[in-house]
Amino acid sequence: MTELTLAKAITTGLADALEADDRVVLLGEDIGKLGGVFRVTDGLQERFGIDRVVDTPLAEAGIIGTAVGLAYRGFRPVCELQFDGFVFPGFDQVVTQVAKMRYRTQGAVKMPITIRVPFGGGIGSVEHHSESPEAYFAHTPGLRVVACSSPQDAYSMIRQAVESDDPVVFFEPKRRYWSKGEVVTDVSAVPSLDRARVVVPGTDVTLVTYGPLVQTAVDAALAAEDDGVSIEVIDLRSLAPLDEDAIVDSVQKTGRIVIAHEAARFGGIGAEIAAMVTERCFDRLTAPPLRVTGHDIPYPPSELEDHYLPDLDRMLDGVDRVMGVRV
Amino acid sequence: MSATNDRFATSAGLSAATVQVLTEDGRFEPTDAAAEYLPYLDSLTDDDFRRFYRDMVVVRGFDTEATNLQRQGQLALWPPSSGQEAAQVGSAYAAKPQDTIFPSYREHVVATIRGVDPLDIIRVMRGVTNSGWDPTDPKNGNVRVYTLVLGTQALHATGYAMGVKFDGKAGTGSAQSDEAVIVYFGDGASSEGDVSEAFVFAGSYQTPQVFFLQNNQWAISVPVKTQSRTPLYLRSSGFGIPGVQVDGNDVLASYAVTAKQLDEARAGHGPSLIEAVTYRMGAHTTSDDPTRYRTSDEDEHWRGRDPIARMRAFLTGRGVGGEWFDAIDEEAADYSADIRRRTLELVAPAAELIFDHVYSEPHAGMAEQRAWLERYERSFEADVPAGSTTSTQGGAA
Ligand SMILES: Cc1ncc(C[n+]2csc(CCOP(=O)(O)OP(=O)(O)O)c2C)c(N)n1
Ligand SMILES: [Mg+2]
Repeated sequence: MTELTLAKAITTGLADALEADDRVVLLGEDIGKLGGVFRVTDGLQERFGIDRVVDTPLAEAGIIGTAVGLAYRGFRPVCELQFDGFVFPGFDQVVTQVAKMRYRTQGAVKMPITIRVPFGGGIGSVEHHSESPEAYFAHTPGLRVVACSSPQDAYSMIRQAVESDDPVVFFEPKRRYWSKGEVVTDVSAVPSLDRARVVVPGTDVTLVTYGPLVQTAVDAALAAEDDGVSIEVIDLRSLAPLDEDAIVDSVQKTGRIVIAHEAARFGGIGAEIAAMVTERCFDRLTAPPLRVTGHDIPYPPSELEDHYLPDLDRMLDGVDRVMGVRV
Repeated sequence: MSATNDRFATSAGLSAATVQVLTEDGRFEPTDAAAEYLPYLDSLTDDDFRRFYRDMVVVRGFDTEATNLQRQGQLALWPPSSGQEAAQVGSAYAAKPQDTIFPSYREHVVATIRGVDPLDIIRVMRGVTNSGWDPTDPKNGNVRVYTLVLGTQALHATGYAMGVKFDGKAGTGSAQSDEAVIVYFGDGASSEGDVSEAFVFAGSYQTPQVFFLQNNQWAISVPVKTQSRTPLYLRSSGFGIPGVQVDGNDVLASYAVTAKQLDEARAGHGPSLIEAVTYRMGAHTTSDDPTRYRTSDEDEHWRGRDPIARMRAFLTGRGVGGEWFDAIDEEAADYSADIRRRTLELVAPAAELIFDHVYSEPHAGMAEQRAWLERYERSFEADVPAGSTTSTQGGAA
């Protein structure tokens, strides 16, 4: 057990994956000597060589498209897209090729590709550097979409993602890169990649979130305790597929659910969960499912991002509402 | 143009094909390749030469100040233009008022020369606004907004240039009204598919435009040889677009080449590519650490090719005295001080602005979410519940 930052936990996970399987290759812009703009691949090129940690030309369609070819050839590519706002030049390859190849070939060709995306706001950056594009990917059948929130999950989940024979879009909460936690590198006992996790047990309200807002939700649960409200915090971990049973089990207990994400509300992960919970727990609900999300606007200039991003107060406001404290 | 094997060996360096007018130590000794561009220098006066120098120095000062402001927490980010002043001053002066500029995100010199208030660039990098200036306001010299998504503006420029052509605004022979478009992008961005697609469209429609590629040797930590094994000016020829390489640290060569290529575009002779060979003397942005990927020898080498020093030597050779240079330095200091003062005076815009201009037409969702946020935020002041019966940031009744 060692204490690592979330970023270093991914670095360690990638190093161990490279060590464990010589078909694992890393591709991305600036991931070599620089170690990536967030230093997540720091030292890996030096250790594993330029053919396994590849500084690519500057083209996202190129990165994902060549990963498809490498996968055809039996490699296990791990692609880094530098920022959430820059995934789109590669989006065509992800949606039309990576996601569909296995289906198209009736299982003959697998696409064990991991696509790492640092995502989310709250870092005071410029345009295109703070976005949450996960719903676009989650909407695409054939992709697994996950988001880690703690150093332990960062380590375990990147190992599982790389080992998965399915393509995995791996969202990393960039504003939590420097948060620290204990990490064990034995992944035999960790939950599988498609399972949610109860982070804080509670009885009154289920608060579901993922990625950067998990810590915020934990803080909200602590704060609510003082007011006598018991919040159960669920970290989704997997956005597609959803661990429906974990959510349903919790709502069966609490009868109330608040879903939080930074991404815009319309057509987001929260909408999917609200619909699912309404379908499966209609009789048990004592309040309509409620979403606490970014507004349905482009990500605003960073000086105004606090008015956009759901924070602890917005979560508690949502909790108050499902509790009937506020109307 | 011919591409010999040794040209393929190094795509960063200059060759016999490179247009250069001033030697590195500032002597007026045009290369053979410069011959066809020299007539464009004939109309320049000593005042122009001095203005070129003055602008390079003043914007370098501003750029340094902005870098400091970022280090002091005043800006989210700053991409320094230091080292690229000659390419930018030369090309910006080559454009006519009716021409349209599509910048990337490092064209502080170009933008400023065309009339953009540098504080508007600062506002973008501080995170006050996503675009900073109104690209349709004539005072901004037809400079479109900065684009952080690499390469995408190449297509926008090409579409705009197609529009110029459809409007019959190129190739009429009128020096006053024929228009051209110039788009700036980097050596890294040149690898994006959007740039190749822009070449395809530009070639197809014979657009009145110049692709101005500043090869500053680096795309963050990735050297230009990762993007191309051939010199980048050769990139477009397969698309039917002629390319020319210019010493981008030579302001006169940069001016002459761009002036000619823009003239060709305005005259209806189609698009061209200019590769300006230069160097990013600073970090990629203020969050970058170049010592991780490039050597101090390389930095040293390029510091010896500083475009400002070259122009200063040229002017000195023409009899400009030390006092004049000192005065310019002073002007640059005042200019920077003014920017610093105005930056520190910037205030955060009002929260509700985040809902403005998402759509042109009324939009129920926007109105509702704006109203919700206002109520919600006011609830902290007045300590009254935010309440909402409709909004789903709220949602539950
Ligand atoms: C589509 C896209 N991918 C990645 C990035 C991240 N990024 C910003 S600048 C940069 C390097 C750009 O290099 P170059 O085009 O040579 O321009 P320079 O910064 O040298 O002026 C990268 C990779 C981006 N802005 N847009
Ligand atoms: Mg560059």
